[in-house]
Amino acid sequence: MELVCPAGTPAALRAAVDAGADSVYCGFRNETNARNFPGLNFSDAEMAEGVAYAHAHGARVLVAINTFAKAGAMKSWADALAVADQAGADAVILADLAVLDHAARHHPRLKLHLSVQAAAATPEAIKFYADTFGVRRVVMPRVLSVEEIAKLNAAIDVETEAFVFGGLCPMTEGRCALSSYATGKSPNLTGVCSPPEHVAYSNDRDSTATRLNGFTIDRFGRDEAAGYPTLCKGRFVAGGKTSYLFEDPVSLNAASLIAALSKAGVTALKIEGRQRGKGYVAEVVKTFRAAVEAVEAGRDEVEVGRLLAGLVEGGRQTSGAYKKTWR
Amino acid sequence: MTTIGLTLGPVLFNWNADRLTDFYARVADEVDVDRVHVGEVVCGKRMPFTDKVWPAVIERLQAAGKEVVLSTLALPYNPRERQSVRDICDMGVLTEINDVTALPALSGRPFLVGPFVNVYNEGAARFLAMRGGVGICAPVELPLASVTTIAGLCPDVAFELFAFGRLPLALSGRCYHARIHGLHKDSCQFICDRDPDGLAVDTLDGQKFLAVNGIQTMSHGVTAFCPTAEEARAAGLARLRLSPHTFDMTAVAATFRRRLAGAIDRAEAHAALKALGLPGELVDGFTRGVAGSALAESA
Repeated sequence: MELVCPAGTPAALRAAVDAGADSVYCGFRNETNARNFPGLNFSDAEMAEGVAYAHAHGARVLVAINTFAKAGAMKSWADALAVADQAGADAVILADLAVLDHAARHHPRLKLHLSVQAAAATPEAIKFYADTFGVRRVVMPRVLSVEEIAKLNAAIDVETEAFVFGGLCPMTEGRCALSSYATGKSPNLTGVCSPPEHVAYSNDRDSTATRLNGFTIDRFGRDEAAGYPTLCKGRFVAGGKTSYLFEDPVSLNAASLIAALSKAGVTALKIEGRQRGKGYVAEVVKTFRAAVEAVEAGRDEVEVGRLLAGLVEGGRQTSGAYKKTWR
Repeated sequence: MTTIGLTLGPVLFNWNADRLTDFYARVADEVDVDRVHVGEVVCGKRMPFTDKVWPAVIERLQAAGKEVVLSTLALPYNPRERQSVRDICDMGVLTEINDVTALPALSGRPFLVGPFVNVYNEGAARFLAMRGGVGICAPVELPLASVTTIAGLCPDVAFELFAFGRLPLALSGRCYHARIHGLHKDSCQFICDRDPDGLAVDTLDGQKFLAVNGIQTMSHGVTAFCPTAEEARAAGLARLRLSPHTFDMTAVAATFRRRLAGAIDRAEAHAALKALGLPGELVDGFTRGVAGSALAESA
């Protein structure tokens, strides 16, 4: 199986390639990609250098241009496609009908992947993108179970890619305006979620409150480390109960499902984390490389689990929607 | 000069068959809207209970002179849900698509595009117009200035704004109503029917923040965009969408009509809406390009 790894910086790209990534995905330093955070992403020249490095080491580069173009300002997205094409990128990861249409018309060399932000979860939707734009791979929305992915793969002719590790959205991606409701900025509008400039940590009473544009997302005791206030991972009160209503502060780890996803017809496994440093990327990629090889060699899940044990310390994890009980 | 249309959007909540029948009888008789959307948009699990009411509801609304639109599911994925999308597209009634899944089934016939389809720019609007899209209700978070830009570049499409009601903000594979009640989605007992306007979600500090409606997360606030007809036209809008709630929708539509006609000012419209016992504060941030939760400006 192909291992698709994140790179928020040129250093992370090189680390991922060196650690055994088959493909690396990355984006430009602007609002054309859905990880538009300060200090991340690639200039035009860095993209060309990154592609050259990856190709020299037998790896591919997938460029994420996966936000929705701003009304009356399509140029940034058209430019991003042109630069990705010129840099020799192996594929672009797109979500917006306008960007897909532009790419299909003007960049026939570029292989098109459909971003998770497009939320294509049915054979009809996927076939539409394949027939209309020539999309060759679809990133699976993180609301589908492994069984559903298997059925979907049986009904479509394009490749599928599934997230296996890293951040986890409990909401259907590309269909979520929670962040903009709280802050004015969102993945679809500006390529960010729960943006750092709206985050505040305040010590009051006996605890630390984490807030997003004034809305309290969680509270932590004096001896607890206050986590980042990602909106959908907060604690809220509903129906008289206080809970992590949408999702616990967990991250995705579907390493135990690598064999099942392979059997379900998934072509590529994707690791989330373009906001992570090169050290983290190298370790996760190396570990997943070993896990994939163990699965492909028919070794058992216990060994795969042991390989990944080092990554899970401290953080809580879930296999998310891949298991139906998550719902 | 063309008049600004008023649309009654689809009911987003889990109302039972009797409530839906009573509601639409009232809509037919007294709610001053020219177009009415029917059908289940949020959760396919609710459909077996409500499917049977639609033929009579549609007939009643059409007899009352309303234009009826069938809205499709926003997140279909199992075979039954996908079939329902195809069936609706084949019924010969104007259809609103809420997911790309419906596009192939329409094969070039005219259709409307709902707020769950991501139309953020003129390129996406033109693409859909080429395939038969004649009207687009903008995604709720899209600033009005962007809608105006798109409308100016796509004169053949009628643009609509989600102008009143709790805002549909997110969809999930997970059911939050079930989760709150210690259930799973697959055995949810249809418990979202207990909250016919959504279940309030507060922060730990008691701030009114969001609301849940099954797999959908909504705003706690009630959006209110109340322009005059002249202001709406200048913004490139052809229609305003009012989203159904349990309180007096006849009064909501009448307030919007009076405001469109310029008979009352914005503050009076807001005061009239607030008097209806809304489940949250009036908000209008999205239309202004700021946080959607920003309180509505009455000035």
